[in-house]
Amino acid sequence: MADFWEKTRDSFAGWRLIGLPFGFGFLLLLTPLLLMVLLSFWTQDYLDLRRDFTLANYREVFTHPVFFTLIKRSLAIALVVTLVTVLLAFPVAYFISFYGGKRKTLLLFLITIPFWTSYLLRIFLWKIILGYNGVINSGLSSLNLIDAPLSFILYNSNAVVLALSHAWAPFAILPIFVSLEKIDRSLLEAGRDLGDSAYRSFFFITLPLAMPGIIAATLIVFIPTIGDYVTPKLVGGTEGLMVANMIQVQFAKANNAPLGASLALVSLCIVMLIALIFLFLNRKYLGRRV
Amino acid sequence: MKHSSPIALSVFVVIYLVFLYAPIFLLPIFAFNDSAVIAFPLSGFTLHWFKELWGEDVLFRAATNSLIIAVSTAVLSTCFGVLTARAMARHQFIGKKPIFGLIMAPLFLPEIIIGVSMLIVLLQLGLALSLWTVIIGHTLIATPFSVSILATAFNNMDRSLEEASLDLGETRIGTFRRVILPLVAPGLISSLLIGFIISLDEFVIAFFLTGTDPTLPVYIWSLLRFPSKLPIVMALGFLLLVLSLILLSLFEAARRRSERLTGG
Repeated sequence: MADFWEKTRDSFAGWRLIGLPFGFGFLLLLTPLLLMVLLSFWTQDYLDLRRDFTLANYREVFTHPVFFTLIKRSLAIALVVTLVTVLLAFPVAYFISFYGGKRKTLLLFLITIPFWTSYLLRIFLWKIILGYNGVINSGLSSLNLIDAPLSFILYNSNAVVLALSHAWAPFAILPIFVSLEKIDRSLLEAGRDLGDSAYRSFFFITLPLAMPGIIAATLIVFIPTIGDYVTPKLVGGTEGLMVANMIQVQFAKANNAPLGASLALVSLCIVMLIALIFLFLNRKYLGRRV
Repeated sequence: MKHSSPIALSVFVVIYLVFLYAPIFLLPIFAFNDSAVIAFPLSGFTLHWFKELWGEDVLFRAATNSLIIAVSTAVLSTCFGVLTARAMARHQFIGKKPIFGLIMAPLFLPEIIIGVSMLIVLLQLGLALSLWTVIIGHTLIATPFSVSILATAFNNMDRSLEEASLDLGETRIGTFRRVILPLVAPGLISSLLIGFIISLDEFVIAFFLTGTDPTLPVYIWSLLRFPSKLPIVMALGFLLLVLSLILLSLFEAARRRSERLTGG
């Protein structure tokens, strides 16, 4: 009985603390999300909302070629950006962790400096590098390497991939660095002493132990990329537009909030599905280590 | 273990750093370039764009709005972070996992989803968009970061110190103020800082939820549409970079000082 009361008191003490942040999340995150689900089953009738349950919006999202193309493209761009960012970040994190010596903090600081200005400007500056009169084109033409400015480097999905791989760099490097730092170096020495080649000790010790960091980096990059609005708008042109741009159009110019809501929900489901796959992988890797 | 770094890896890191610095390198170049067009070749040195920046009235309003929002977000998310971290570290209660999941959920949501869902509610309720709506959105996304930082601080805290203080006759409030607070102070500062930074640079939620009062990123976004304003934007970007580096260095210096004083 005393035990029961003790537990109840503990429960109340816990709720009293967490009540406020929970209430905030419940009212201002969960409720809006549920309302968005509800809205996605309604339809817009010019200025009025028609509140009959219908799947028409979802039918449109999945059958209308424009929406389907945008969703497919967003997914493809997000996967490529994630792959490129993590692949480029790993060697850098590895270098800092294994060869950084006393300069580790300085090197990490060096990597974050370019990110201490506005995110919008960082993306916009890529437009100046890749543009018609941009750094690359004027550089190449002053070297007489090209006659006319290259036009294929800006306003397409490649530009989006480049700008986003740049934008997320520190967010990928830092978690990988942390997981590399946690690796017990004596494991590597033991492996070497027992005759492991450099190749074997990297692929059988370092890489598996760095997996939690790699998976964290993957999620950190993938989730914001698929819903990114700014980069496709600034450097993507028409063939680099992504689903977030269409969602915004539905809420603003097109004035079709229900369709926008269902587009948002479909993208959310894709994000959730992929995040779950990665979390499952992470658990598997962590589970094997214990 | 002493290694000389492999040449291929070192070369890769140098190239990568060039890639990281390439865009930022252009900021000072065009901020001081005497031409209304952002393109090469350059035409000469000028401070004109900074002077013009000073004359932009909207800029000051936008910066003030951003500061108000960022400070409120930092304080709110840190309060929520303290409450959540403490509850998670010290108590067992029913619904612990789902409640925690809801508080951390914004980490796994693209920002546009949060912006859109809040916009729907506000429009349905007929509420006006204001600084408050942006503060709410930013607090939602900053809280998970505060929770993660403060969870480490609270989990690392030795419980017996707190018990000793209570046993020796200190009140609960006194214990919180004189024992717990100083112990988690570094975590609190990091949490405030991260909330502030997240809010200050956030664009999408602010874009969806600001009314007539723009935040700094929303204002910058509006400038990007006018080619004639671009040199001013470059000047502004350069100032922001310099300002944040100064703040960061001061913060780092203060941290080292306190580390020396407390003996690390």
